Amino acid sequence: MISLIKDFFSKFLKDLFKKKKHLRMGLYGPPNGGKTTLANRICKDWLGEEMGAVSSIAHETREIQIKEQINIKSKGKELTFNLIDTPGIATKIDYEEFMKVGMVEKKAKERAKEATKGVIDAIKWLDDMDIVIIVLDSTLDPYSQVNITIIGNLQAREIPVLIVANKIDLKKANIKRIEAAFPQYDVVGISAKYGKNADEFYEALFVLAG
Amino acid sequence: MVTLSIVPYTEIEGLSSLGRIRKLLNIAKEDKIVLLQGRLRKEEEAELIKVTMEEINSEFKGIELAVINPLETKGEAGISKIRNDMISMLLGDRHGLTVVGPASIVKSIRKDPHKIELLTKDSRQHHKKRKR
Repeated sequence: MISLIKDFFSKFLKDLFKKKKHLRMGLYGPPNGGKTTLANRICKDWLGEEMGAVSSIAHETREIQIKEQINIKSKGKELTFNLIDTPGIATKIDYEEFMKVGMVEKKAKERAKEATKGVIDAIKWLDDMDIVIIVLDSTLDPYSQVNITIIGNLQAREIPVLIVANKIDLKKANIKRIEAAFPQYDVVGISAKYGKNADEFYEALFVLAG
Repeated sequence: MVTLSIVPYTEIEGLSSLGRIRKLLNIAKEDKIVLLQGRLRKEEEAELIKVTMEEINSEFKGIELAVINPLETKGEAGISKIRNDMISMLLGDRHGLTVVGPASIVKSIRKDPHKIELLTKDSRQHHKKRKR
């Protein structure tokens, strides 16, 4: 009984505290899905500035990046949130893969070490999110265990999720495959790089935030 | 040569979350592919990734992971849903299969909800790499 009362007050205080702060919106997904490109798209569209560097080499984002107080407006509605761009989650990181794209051994090892820390931080931050956008590369097979584990963990924490099928500007893009893999979630196809379908994405954000 | 280590669910049943993760990871770090009867909890899967990242170094490059849960059938309804819910209630995490392989041996694991395909690296390449 005492624990029930404790739980009630802790939830009540947490909710009260949450309401005073802005919504925390996390960008999650495997490496190279386009999380930072999407973060840059959002920041460029609504703040007029970019958020972070992007690269074709995996694990470019190795630290949590936060942009506070992004205010988006659409059809008379308004939404303010703190955007949290997280490092790509992976189950393996091999410094030799970075050397294959021309990085010297010392740099490659440093990058791998930072990338492992980034994955740990991204997982730790899961508990702090109010809503999450999963950013997937729509040209790749969505049935990877990393995707399933991230989504399963968000589901267990009852965090609302929107799936973004990114890179729809590419020929191999297949949104239907992502929709079939995760039928219980809304999927929005976009090209974060070129801004294709950005309006549809922002509309979906309003729905997600409730 | 690839070594498979089959772990029955009873071997991890009584362990704490960290104990389960440790057991699977220790086997994978011995360059063996683990076939676990049953599944880890979702939170344990995330924890397994976290612990793996903490232990990555120039020798250990991480893992490949795949979990198959035959009860997670898309769009099921009616009697089949009730039947699966009942099995799930009775068997819990005992149902399904988990594969954990060291990234130095397992190139990739392709999966759909009902099937796992495990691709290993060329053994000669692996030997070459380990000799260095």
